[in-house]
Amino acid sequence: MTEAATPLWEVFVRPRNGLAHRHVGSLHAHDAKMALQAARDVYTRRGETLSIWVVPSSAIVASDPSEKDMMFEPTATKIYRHPTFYEVPDEVGHM
Amino acid sequence: MTLASSDPRAAWLMRLGDASLILGHRMTEWLSRAPTLEEDIALANFGLDLIGQTRALYTRACELEGGTRDETDLAYRRAEPDYRNPLLVEQPNGNFADTMARHLLFAAYATPLYESLASSNDAETAGIATRSAREMAYHLRHAGEWMIRLGDGTAESHAKAQAALTDLWPYVPELFEADDLDREVAASGFGVDPSTLRGAFDAAVDDVLARATLKKPAASASAAEREAGTASISATCSPSCRPCSAPIRTQGGERG
Repeated sequence: MTEAATPLWEVFVRPRNGLAHRHVGSLHAHDAKMALQAARDVYTRRGETLSIWVVPSSAIVASDPSEKDMMFEPTATKIYRHPTFYEVPDEVGHM
Repeated sequence: MTLASSDPRAAWLMRLGDASLILGHRMTEWLSRAPTLEEDIALANFGLDLIGQTRALYTRACELEGGTRDETDLAYRRAEPDYRNPLLVEQPNGNFADTMARHLLFAAYATPLYESLASSNDAETAGIATRSAREMAYHLRHAGEWMIRLGDGTAESHAKAQAALTDLWPYVPELFEADDLDREVAASGFGVDPSTLRGAFDAAVDDVLARATLKKPAASASAAEREAGTASISATCSPSCRPCSAPIRTQGGERG
């Protein structure tokens, strides 16, 4: 049972109602059921969890780090895309 | 047999605590040695669950008997023959299949035990049982899923899983043997008669074994009976074990 032959899974955990699942890490497991159990044992030991997703790492399509400039740099100069030019009335409170 | 406590309820809770203490320590022997990092953490969690159950059971036992001892006294300051755990939990970890088979059998017994104990007439005990039942239900699922994969895996993993099951099966009947103390605490509404749990145990184990393509070993004389018989025969003629020279225990539990 070597890790090289065991598929890799990405783990997503939803800690509370109202929050989205967050990527918390990865692990090795032979199949989906065992991946879910391993995720429970490895990533939910220290707090409340409502839900876990496990996804085969091979199912994730990732952007190419070498295309970083082309993909993401242009947005850095477009500050008008950030909703920071509005006055928020005090009555609104936390947004 | 003298009881481990002046209070029958405490003596009975100590039996449950002894089982989870010994099995919990067995699990800690896997730390840093499990087949994978993920399983290392899972087995550590199991050990912590079991030792946590022990602490709660011992603490309640000490309260019931009047508070002259505490959980540490019960866990570490008793002589070896005073522990009343079933022999199953003492069995060595062996290979991974041995540990998973042992855990499947124990969890299939402990889950219905704590589910039933959750309606104890002692609210504190019922609370401990409710939490323990949830933990053991997960242990049962985890050990069951591993047995299914080992049994229905390669020829080698199947052979090891079947051998583990066959080796451990003689320790099963003891889990369900009821004595006067079991019947007394069950009749009073405090505890559970273990002989009532066999049906739930068989249902859980049969389901796993069918999916694992493993054979249920044939019923045999319980290990406790065989061990007691062997010890009494040896003790009458020799005070120590010839091959290893260890002192032999008499049936009363004293060192010969």
